[in-house]
Amino acid sequence: MTGLTATPFLDASGEPSFVRQMNGFVGLLRENGFVVGIREQLDAMDVLRVMKWSDQRQLRAAWRTLLCTRLADWQGFDDLFDAWWLRLGLKSRARISGMSNRASKRKTLQDLGDNGGQWKVDHVEQDDGEGQASDSPNRSEGASVSESLEAMDMRHVHDPEQLEKAGLIAEKLARKMVHRLARRDRATRRGHRLDLRKVIRRSSGSGGMPMRLFYRRRAPKPLRLVMLMDASGSMNQYGAFFLRFMRGALDNFRQADAFVFHTRLVHIGEVMRERNTEKAIERLSLMTTGWSGGTRIGESLKNFNRHYAKRTVHGRTVVMILSDGYDTSPPEMLNTELARLKKRAKRLVWLNPMMAWTGYEPTAKGMEAALPHIDLLAPAHNLDSLAALEPYLARL
Amino acid sequence: MGISRDAVLKGFSAGGYIIDAQMATAVALMDSLQRPLLLEGDAGVGKTEVAKSLSKMLDCDLIRLQCYEGLDAHSAVYEWNYQRQLLAIKVRENDDLSAAEKEQHIFDRDFLLERPLLQSISQDQRPVLLIDEIDRADEEFEAYLMEVLSDYQISVPELGTIRAKTVPLVILTSNGTRELSDALRRRCLYHYVDYPDEAKELRIVNARLPEIDQILAGQIVRFVQALRKEDLRKTPGIAETLDWAAALVGIGVSHLEGEAEAVHETLLCLLKTREDQEQMPIEVVERLLGKVA
Repeated sequence: MTGLTATPFLDASGEPSFVRQMNGFVGLLRENGFVVGIREQLDAMDVLRVMKWSDQRQLRAAWRTLLCTRLADWQGFDDLFDAWWLRLGLKSRARISGMSNRASKRKTLQDLGDNGGQWKVDHVEQDDGEGQASDSPNRSEGASVSESLEAMDMRHVHDPEQLEKAGLIAEKLARKMVHRLARRDRATRRGHRLDLRKVIRRSSGSGGMPMRLFYRRRAPKPLRLVMLMDASGSMNQYGAFFLRFMRGALDNFRQADAFVFHTRLVHIGEVMRERNTEKAIERLSLMTTGWSGGTRIGESLKNFNRHYAKRTVHGRTVVMILSDGYDTSPPEMLNTELARLKKRAKRLVWLNPMMAWTGYEPTAKGMEAALPHIDLLAPAHNLDSLAALEPYLARL
Repeated sequence: MGISRDAVLKGFSAGGYIIDAQMATAVALMDSLQRPLLLEGDAGVGKTEVAKSLSKMLDCDLIRLQCYEGLDAHSAVYEWNYQRQLLAIKVRENDDLSAAEKEQHIFDRDFLLERPLLQSISQDQRPVLLIDEIDRADEEFEAYLMEVLSDYQISVPELGTIRAKTVPLVILTSNGTRELSDALRRRCLYHYVDYPDEAKELRIVNARLPEIDQILAGQIVRFVQALRKEDLRKTPGIAETLDWAAALVGIGVSHLEGEAEAVHETLLCLLKTREDQEQMPIEVVERLLGKVA
């Protein structure tokens, strides 16, 4: 309670030094994933007209409710407030780049590749992720980076910049799928109840006599997507890429959830939605100790069926399993668990990145056990193969 | 007319809603900044109650819009009364009025059915507008809602633009089944409603069930608090606590110790899924009771 009055700009609610301080504070919030617009900042300063600067508790409460937009903000606000206004120092809250937060998504993504030179950032925004005019030093082939990237096996993409690009495109792809699916919903809206609004509108042609009737039907329940990703050693090369795709789908599908499995099953849907980058990474790594080890697909699915399936899988759900099918639990187990899951879901899709390898036959024991139950077995080694899924989903 | 934080604290308490300073500040700001308030939190923590208490405190109308999947502008904003329009056309079929006059007649405000959003901006006295479970509505509706909430005007093609007579106090609630857009979040004040701590919950029980025995109330609250720490599918909310307390009082239980059976039988007030009930056999209940009673 004492710190605030000791700050040097005590009485200067309109003075430049205060404005500068305020800008800094809002900047700090934005860096930590807060969504704060100019209006919000102005309102925050406006609050000082009716509240005393010294009444820190009330001011803090007011700013908290005004500047926070989600649970993560709500929980982190006090620390940031203390750090900035009471000079308690930013313990571990300084932001790190990596997976993005929405406020500065592109920037952070690019940062990974090259410590974030400013012109690079602008460059990426201009070409909007399409890679039309990329002149980056790493690019040697004649076609645009995105074209070649889409066909490239993600196993062979090592350049961080290209990985970022692929990640961006994967996210975009997920977003595009959603839009296409949403449009289909509305186009089929015809059916049981009279649409009186339309009947009357169209009756003007026949002198107000409703000659033609129009109907409407409730839009079909939106498709739900549940993704289960194999994070074992054999899938290592694709892990980051699929994570990005899953993140895009989670952000944009009306209903989606995500799980990761290796020797056990981990629910990561909530964490992937976390906007605070640092927290997301921290929680993700906490939850996923043991990644890139062996795989127990059967056991993980059993766990999924027992604890999560009821809540997450319904008749309009597509369950998407991303795995190479190398399983260390008995194949019979995988067989029964898949059969169980199949009963609950609309479709079972198995994406296997190894299918694209020349000479690959789905002979892994796990794969053999799975084949009778899955509706679609498709390759998923590059962006093109992910994009090819969309028409399939749209038909459902 | 500004609402001060202290007035909110007092007014809500008088209405039986136990409010903390943070929430009171949010409600006061909602008035002074004319921003909607977004309340997030699990089901049963009393989000909807805030709107009810606010309308009670201000003695004004509470207009509620329950969101659901597929909610569209017709059920949220306005709809023409088509049946009446058709009738009116029939009745006037043989009148000597021009087509334009007839049209004017059937697109009169009398034929307009006001749905909650339109209703809320055409009141003489400022109402409280509760938009419940906004996360259940579609994104398209959310975008439309944003527009209404920033301009407080609604345009009806046949009538023109209807401006707000009074700007309503808007409270939105969300259970987090879907991520809301950043635009909407930014526009709103935010408050996360958590489960109450022991002291607060005790005050709530006392406020709602003034006759309850103090020892029993304390035990009930501690039991529910302990129960929330268990790994349950559906964590019991405040409404459940109150139901359970009322049930226990109703069957004449005055202390929880030694009443494991009665507790177990009345757990259906608290646990609303079969898995949760199976997870709480009488032995577990006894263990929990041992801690709290």
